[in-house]
Amino acid sequence: MAASGSAITTSMTTAIVDANRRNTRDARADGAFRWLVTAAGMFVLVALAGVALSMLWGGREAFSTFGFNFLFSTEWDAVHHQFGALVPIYGTLVTALIAMLIAVPVSFGIALFLTEVAPNWLRGPVAAAIELLAGIPSIIYGMWGLFVFVPIMAAYVNPWLDSHLGHWPLLGPLFTGPPLGIGMLTAGIVLAIMVIPFVSSVMREVFLTVPTRLRESAYALGSTTTEVVWDIVLPYTRSAVIGGIFLGLGRALGETMAVTFVLGNAHRLSASLLEPGNSIAATIANEFTEADSDIYRSSLIALGFLLFVVTFIVLTVAKLMLRRLSRHEGAK
Amino acid sequence: MLTSIKIRFIAAGLAAVMGSAGLGITSVQAADITGAGSTFVYPVLSKWSAAYNEKTGNRINYQSIGSGGGIAQIKAATVDFGASDKPLDSKELDTAGLGQFPIVIGGIVAVANIKGVKPGELHMNGPLLADIYLGKITKWNDPTIQQLNSSLTLPAQNITVVHRSDGSGTTFNFVNYLSKVSPDWKTKVGEGTSVQWPVGVGGKGNEGVSAYVNQIKGSIGYVEYAYALQNKMAYALLQNAGGQFVKPDAKTFQSAAATADWKNAKDFNLVMTNAPGMESYPITATTWIIMYKKPKDAARSKTALDFFKWALENGQKEAEGLDYVPLPKALVEQIEAYWKAEIKI
Repeated sequence: MAASGSAITTSMTTAIVDANRRNTRDARADGAFRWLVTAAGMFVLVALAGVALSMLWGGREAFSTFGFNFLFSTEWDAVHHQFGALVPIYGTLVTALIAMLIAVPVSFGIALFLTEVAPNWLRGPVAAAIELLAGIPSIIYGMWGLFVFVPIMAAYVNPWLDSHLGHWPLLGPLFTGPPLGIGMLTAGIVLAIMVIPFVSSVMREVFLTVPTRLRESAYALGSTTTEVVWDIVLPYTRSAVIGGIFLGLGRALGETMAVTFVLGNAHRLSASLLEPGNSIAATIANEFTEADSDIYRSSLIALGFLLFVVTFIVLTVAKLMLRRLSRHEGAK
Repeated sequence: MLTSIKIRFIAAGLAAVMGSAGLGITSVQAADITGAGSTFVYPVLSKWSAAYNEKTGNRINYQSIGSGGGIAQIKAATVDFGASDKPLDSKELDTAGLGQFPIVIGGIVAVANIKGVKPGELHMNGPLLADIYLGKITKWNDPTIQQLNSSLTLPAQNITVVHRSDGSGTTFNFVNYLSKVSPDWKTKVGEGTSVQWPVGVGGKGNEGVSAYVNQIKGSIGYVEYAYALQNKMAYALLQNAGGQFVKPDAKTFQSAAATADWKNAKDFNLVMTNAPGMESYPITATTWIIMYKKPKDAARSKTALDFFKWALENGQKEAEGLDYVPLPKALVEQIEAYWKAEIKI
């Protein structure tokens, strides 16, 4: 008896020891896992800070030479070493704005069509086509823009805009200009086409996450498809949809090759969307290889830093606006 | 079955790796010369290096990263030679202990897209070109243009100026010419690999400018000779310093290289634009090779010089096949004398 009792105690002790050991092992594994994912999370911050700081460092000569004037000067003269970032900043913002004005509604349409309206047999192929579009390299969009789209803009769209909208009191100056086909409007439209696949495929994914129960309850209560979309699908997915739009906006702000092809790359500030302009990314891509003086190179790196700042400000402003929007909704 | 296939695959892979390792060893024995710089000279340099490799087993690795990059790399001594479309002045060369010499000639042509105007029909001169690029002359039927082109009926169309958006040696030679012939251009814009263009749209690279000129009706641009030929663009005849209208071709480029005053140019620091002579094409350009006068690795520099010697003396056919123009004989002799006197290896 005693012997068997001690055997039980022993086996219990071993069990406890085992359990303890497993606990410590689990704790260790947990710790390692936590450490790993924290490192992954921190990696983003470190990489971002590293890139931003090294560009600030590289651009220090430009910032110290031109000061705040760098932000507001339209000058970009490599011969006389005078540089200012206003034209590229303006071009970046305007082309991205045009792109988003077109891309967001169209993407909504595509995503809603695919999740709510389209017959089942059509959903797969169209969704696949969108994903395929997202995979096309930007240089292809640029070449397509230059060789196919620019002639159409030059022959039909620009002259029409110039003669029909050109004399309007407020909008007029935006649409007057020579029918070059190259310019900020063209760049904005090409950007929109590039951004649409990203935004719409994100939207489609999140619209699919809306529980069927919610949707069908709404239909059961007699809602129309429009009502289901506006009152059920959109509120349910709002933050993810906004995330998708931001992804597109980020891409539009930083896009380089396609814009370089159709923007016209001219360092001139002009109100007209039909005139050529320049963007930050296009300027850097165009001029970095042959930047032959230190201040020139430094100015280009400073431009890169400003792209960071501009993107950050645009995203923050967009977020604040949306937060205010949702607060209004809460008050309703 | 499956494993045996796998093993066979692995064996084949190993053999391939070992084979390439073996190749690696043999190529290390022959010299591997590296260079970097001008994109203008890249096609002919790569053709030369292929032919030279066949003959001697020595390989030339050239990266066409742009002239600015080439100068930076040779100054950092990370390559055996740099190539630039813009010469360095003697002071800059001396400070860095470098020497330079021209290697091949090309030309820059003005091309226009006017309905009904064929290659070689449009006549232009330097001051007119400068006024167009300054935005002073804005219509094709401007009296100044019409005066030079009495045989053509030019439309009342706006001129769209096309220039390079990236910094380039092509731009440098073009605006250098405009600066030489137009005081107004010199004070307002000046010269450099990229300038502040008063008017126009910018295309990236020769291909970008050709694409824009082909797309935009009533446009004018400037591209390397080879691009104008390949794209069958309507190039203009230019009036040279001797008052003649000349067609861009091998003969007029070589004439410019021959009449240019190389004898008095220290370190070949001379831009050939607006060269004297009745037959000289006014926007003739060259690319300079930049090397150390007292290189750290003399053996590699010796191989590089041997390559350039071979290219200058035997590479004419390859150059002409790509629409480049070989240097005239007198200039080649002057370059070889410069090597003897200046480069110590």
